[in-house]
Amino acid sequence: MPVRDTPIDVTARQQAQADAAARQVINPQSLVVRFPASEPLRLDSGREIAPLTIAYQTYGTLNADKSNAILICHALTGDQHVANEHPVTGKGGWWATLVGPGKPVDTDRFFVICANILGGCMGSTGPASENPATGRPYGVEFPVITIGDMVKAQARLVDYLGIDQLFSVIGGSMGGMQVLQWCARYKERVLTAMPIATAPWHTAQNIAFHEVGRQAVMADPDWQGGAYYGTASRPARGLAVARMAAHITYLSEKALQDKFGRGLQNRDQHSFSFDADFKIESYLRHQGSTFVDRFDANSYLYITRAMDYFDLEAEYGKLANAFTGTKTQFCVVSFTSDWLYPTRDNKEIVKALNGVAANVSFVEIESDKGHDAFLLDEEVFFATVRGFLNAAAKKRGIA
Amino acid sequence: MSDSPGQRAQDFIIADRPVRADHRLIAEMVAPGSRVLDVGCGDGALLELLISEKNVDGRGVEISRDNVNACVARGLSVIQGDADQDLSGYPDKAFDYAVLSLTIQATRQPKVVLENLLRIGRRAIVSFPNFGHWKIRTALLFTGRMPRTPNLPETWFDSQDSHLCTIKDFSDLVTILDAEVEDAVAFNSRGQRLAIKNSLSLQNLLGEKAVFLLAPRGQR
Repeated sequence: MPVRDTPIDVTARQQAQADAAARQVINPQSLVVRFPASEPLRLDSGREIAPLTIAYQTYGTLNADKSNAILICHALTGDQHVANEHPVTGKGGWWATLVGPGKPVDTDRFFVICANILGGCMGSTGPASENPATGRPYGVEFPVITIGDMVKAQARLVDYLGIDQLFSVIGGSMGGMQVLQWCARYKERVLTAMPIATAPWHTAQNIAFHEVGRQAVMADPDWQGGAYYGTASRPARGLAVARMAAHITYLSEKALQDKFGRGLQNRDQHSFSFDADFKIESYLRHQGSTFVDRFDANSYLYITRAMDYFDLEAEYGKLANAFTGTKTQFCVVSFTSDWLYPTRDNKEIVKALNGVAANVSFVEIESDKGHDAFLLDEEVFFATVRGFLNAAAKKRGIA
Repeated sequence: MSDSPGQRAQDFIIADRPVRADHRLIAEMVAPGSRVLDVGCGDGALLELLISEKNVDGRGVEISRDNVNACVARGLSVIQGDADQDLSGYPDKAFDYAVLSLTIQATRQPKVVLENLLRIGRRAIVSFPNFGHWKIRTALLFTGRMPRTPNLPETWFDSQDSHLCTIKDFSDLVTILDAEVEDAVAFNSRGQRLAIKNSLSLQNLLGEKAVFLLAPRGQR
């Protein structure tokens, strides 16, 4: 059976990119704050991380009374490079359509911060960072972290920047989970919040998809029990398969059908092989292979784990309890064709906020783009973000 | 975040359009600086009026996605939702006023909706088209068909109004729910309030719409 193009043809260019990504762990092309071993980060598990490095980007200028800071929380495979060229891929920022001068999150008015999450691989402490106990990369010795731990690390950064209260905390998907966690744990520090295309807990289906991804990584012999750093190989095949499976969940069935249908890739007929005959196969293989060049497989394991553990209701007994006494103004946004974090899940957040008579808006945006819609050029979504922030900024007296 | 009513008023641009008669009456009933939930808030016109004139802390619930998007983009706090389904989640007395303007006749369960309004709000304000108006009565009498008026222009098969009622009918429901009528105003198509205060029968005959200010009994 001829099998020509596998999902992981690693070219020299790709290897160079992977090496560039690995260098970001040690020496990120970002702003960096390092907390010494004497200031450990105590985790929800009871374990500690020290020293702690947080790599972050900022855009715009912090005003004199430090009232115009917006924290953006990135999603599973995102990073701090919201609105600048990515140092590894050379592509534009992942939310450059939303964040920038004159954009809905207007960096002419607001001081925008985005930090690489704890457990990430773009400069913040994660499994690829050096374990001070061994002098080698942590690998699976890295402690299991939670969304709460990510937020705690971000709060360290916000403290370091001398900001008491964030004008807004904004994030989609896993970023939205961090937004909710911020609002639950640091009520006084969040004036407005936009949880987007997210959920107050991970469902069985959410966990199931993540488990498939993790098993794909760990089934790759190149994973080597997580200790692949410094060896000649890395679990690129496993991680690519994980990404392929996950990518399907980011798109709607209609978007897939409209874009690819049963179309064939560079051929007129079936090859009667396991080549990527179909356009959709070729597309997914491409998504898988480009992802592994910029992302660390162990980070993928840890971050998906943190998402699976996320359950604000379990943490507070009742979801509404997470928001008791909140003065934060919320704007919850969902997308009609998002089946990963559907409107139903987002409405649970709204219900809980109504239950404590919080100030909340809820907008469901019509889109056929699936979960990924929050990253795309959705006009109505942009108008919502712009209007919500502008009205709150006026009330806050931000010029 | 302290701001004077004047400052707050400037935050919201009131579109250059006439204020709806029932909105004007509702605005007169609402105390300044109170917390208001507008159920079925439409394009947010009443909320904007109450915020600019009465400096209220206003929230809305609206079923139409387009309306909600427009409201939020204008800086109003509005939830996409439905009076029949989404009121049960609010805690008791969360608002000073729960408002339902020209919407109750389109709900599936008007009694449950009104019960919820009286639970969520310390006061409920409800406006509705009066099916007891003489033009409607005579239209039905002489044509033998469901009346269509400038007030209720749709055919029976297109209309969303599945629970039309008269002022007397509504008044009966208020009694069933053991609520107190603090104010009841009937008005005509030009938005002029009728001078009759003491005769429900006359209000029911001459008023094209009505606004009721209600309170759960024992709250005063």
